Amino acid sequence: MSNELIEQITKSDYKYGFVTNIEQEYAPKGLNEDTVRFISEKKNEPAYMLEFRLKAFRFWQQMKHPEWQKVNFPEIDLQDIYYYAAPKIKSKPKSLEEIDPEIRDTYNKLGIPLEEQKLLAGIAVDAVMDSISVATTFKDKLAEVGIIFCSISEAIQEYPQLIKQYLGSVVPYTDNYYAALNSAVFSDGSFVYIPKGVGCPMELSTYFRINAAQTGQFERTLIIADEGSYVSYLEGCTAPMRDENQLHAAVVELYAHKNAEIKYSTVQNWYPGDKEGKGGIYNFVTKRGLCAGDNSKISWTQVETGSAITWKYPSCVLKGNNSIGEFYSVALTNNYQQADTGTKMIHLGENTRSRIVSKGISAGHSDNSYRGLVKVARKATGARNYTQCDSLLIGDTCGAHTFPYIEVENQTAVVEHEATTSKISDDAIFYLNQRGISTEDAVGMIVNGYAREVIMQLPMEFAVEAQKLLAISLEGSVG
Amino acid sequence: MSLLKINNLKANINGTEILHGINLEVNKGEIHAIMGPNGSGKSTLASVLAGKKEFEVTEGSVLFRNQNVLELEPDERSKMGIFLAFQYPVEIPGVSNMNFLRTALNEHKKYRGEEIIEPGTFLKLVREKANLVKMDPKFLSRAVNEGFSGGEKKRNEILQMAVLEPTLAILDETDSGLDIDALRIVAEGVNTLRNSENAFIVITHYQRLLNYIVPDFVHVLHNGKIIKSGTKDLALELEEKGYDWIIN
Repeated sequence: MSNELIEQITKSDYKYGFVTNIEQEYAPKGLNEDTVRFISEKKNEPAYMLEFRLKAFRFWQQMKHPEWQKVNFPEIDLQDIYYYAAPKIKSKPKSLEEIDPEIRDTYNKLGIPLEEQKLLAGIAVDAVMDSISVATTFKDKLAEVGIIFCSISEAIQEYPQLIKQYLGSVVPYTDNYYAALNSAVFSDGSFVYIPKGVGCPMELSTYFRINAAQTGQFERTLIIADEGSYVSYLEGCTAPMRDENQLHAAVVELYAHKNAEIKYSTVQNWYPGDKEGKGGIYNFVTKRGLCAGDNSKISWTQVETGSAITWKYPSCVLKGNNSIGEFYSVALTNNYQQADTGTKMIHLGENTRSRIVSKGISAGHSDNSYRGLVKVARKATGARNYTQCDSLLIGDTCGAHTFPYIEVENQTAVVEHEATTSKISDDAIFYLNQRGISTEDAVGMIVNGYAREVIMQLPMEFAVEAQKLLAISLEGSVG
Repeated sequence: MSLLKINNLKANINGTEILHGINLEVNKGEIHAIMGPNGSGKSTLASVLAGKKEFEVTEGSVLFRNQNVLELEPDERSKMGIFLAFQYPVEIPGVSNMNFLRTALNEHKKYRGEEIIEPGTFLKLVREKANLVKMDPKFLSRAVNEGFSGGEKKRNEILQMAVLEPTLAILDETDSGLDIDALRIVAEGVNTLRNSENAFIVITHYQRLLNYIVPDFVHVLHNGKIIKSGTKDLALELEEKGYDWIIN
């Protein structure tokens, strides 16, 4: 493709880069045991939670930062970060009408109105700004069928039994460096419990927003689907444009009991940094689901267009017999963005099945890696996996890499891996041009066609958003 | 009335001159056939008229509806009414034929200042047009040209032409790789679409197609120049004697 053309389509503008001007409350900068105690105290947590945090913190102190990833960044000075930043709220708003107008305005600008009557029918939202949850909609309606949807801080106070039983049960604090850090300093996130036999009547979603400068966001999400229940959950993320890099190190745990199904969708659009690679979010996240019961199912769908660095592997542990894990991913990198993402499918139970569809798109000077593990344990008789891993390159200054790991300990397993690498051809663009479609729209159309299989997995409204996002992320001014 | 006027057109690819000064005038209501041996520059001429970037125009002008189109982007030329039926149509995975066609038509409508077409109205229109080229409607929901046979791809080109209704359509070896039935269907499509307001340039190797699409003029292109022009009888003569008698 001609250089001029590549330049046109890789110049992108980030539309969510504004800062909300509100009073913030911070923990003192830096990380030590006092920081952990400060956060716990600030949130008025029971003793068991402080204990959990301190154990994690002490474990983390013994750990070394991992070095196997294919992303490059200068060492993060963890003492130069605020671990707690919260919009100052005089008293907790009793209803959605009492939310600070500035905060309400922020979410309106992001297209997430917090007034229930204005919301898209059938979607409940938990809005998290920096370290705290600012609003949760449709709580009462969900409570009628026994569903708990609230911030994790609230759950720690109100549902200690559930928290004690499940928090850290899928991602223990010993799991990895950032999971340990998160367990020590997490400030908020969402909590969902779907009782036995209940199909959640609406989509649940959390909208994460980083606002404060020099702040790390460490959110924690826990979703429990009890026997025979179903839930579809979505998350969206944006952040202001800043020259510094900001750390987002979340942990998401999904727990599916017998015959339960959890569908988790992400549209990730953190600030990616500018065209020279300055600034942007470091998105270092641990996401894992446990199919604990027989016939359970967990499905991850992610559309990743933001962040300076994306480093995460939403995974499934298939423990229950006949359980199913799915991973559908589109990761788009442009300019100087880096992504090292993929999944792990751990087959433990009999006749477990997994499916991986990964679509990488690289443009500009970016670097995009798929890394995935398919593991079939000795007792997982009849396990099956299908992996399809495609890379699309735009221009000749970007990189695409694939690192598949396959470990099979059971002779009956069937594991398939397919991979392709392709480029957007001048011929395809010219073909669409010749029918009256501009180059910018042509690239958007080709990229969306390529990503279609994954986009189709998203709920309708979000599929439309994701399509726009893919086109915008590659968009520039056609000169 | 003159629709297209090509004057002393010269074009390079990678520094090698392929077109050495083409002159051609096409009026509304006319069909021109361009014939010539392999490598004579036929497809290059089609690509240059449509605005393909690999080719560099070094001299001459192309006036389409009295406007110099050499300054325009390919999509603008398309919206002005120039259509190229590709010799090798491109596959666009994951993009449905229907979505592609509707997007293209709406771009044309926006350019003309018309209202965009609603999905329901478009569906009716495209079914009607598909019938014209005897195309099974199931091809409309499939991805653009993906897994289509050679003949299906060519019919899809004619379908696109029928939907966009260009003023000037250039058919670049649309007949190559077609069996006789497909050839007849494609030709019928063209004949249904022709009227006193549009024109066609049909590029072909064989006289065969011209039995179905009867040209007003036949031009022989050789070494990047039109070396002979005549009526449809010239095509018959070429079929009989080959090109040597003109070239030498």
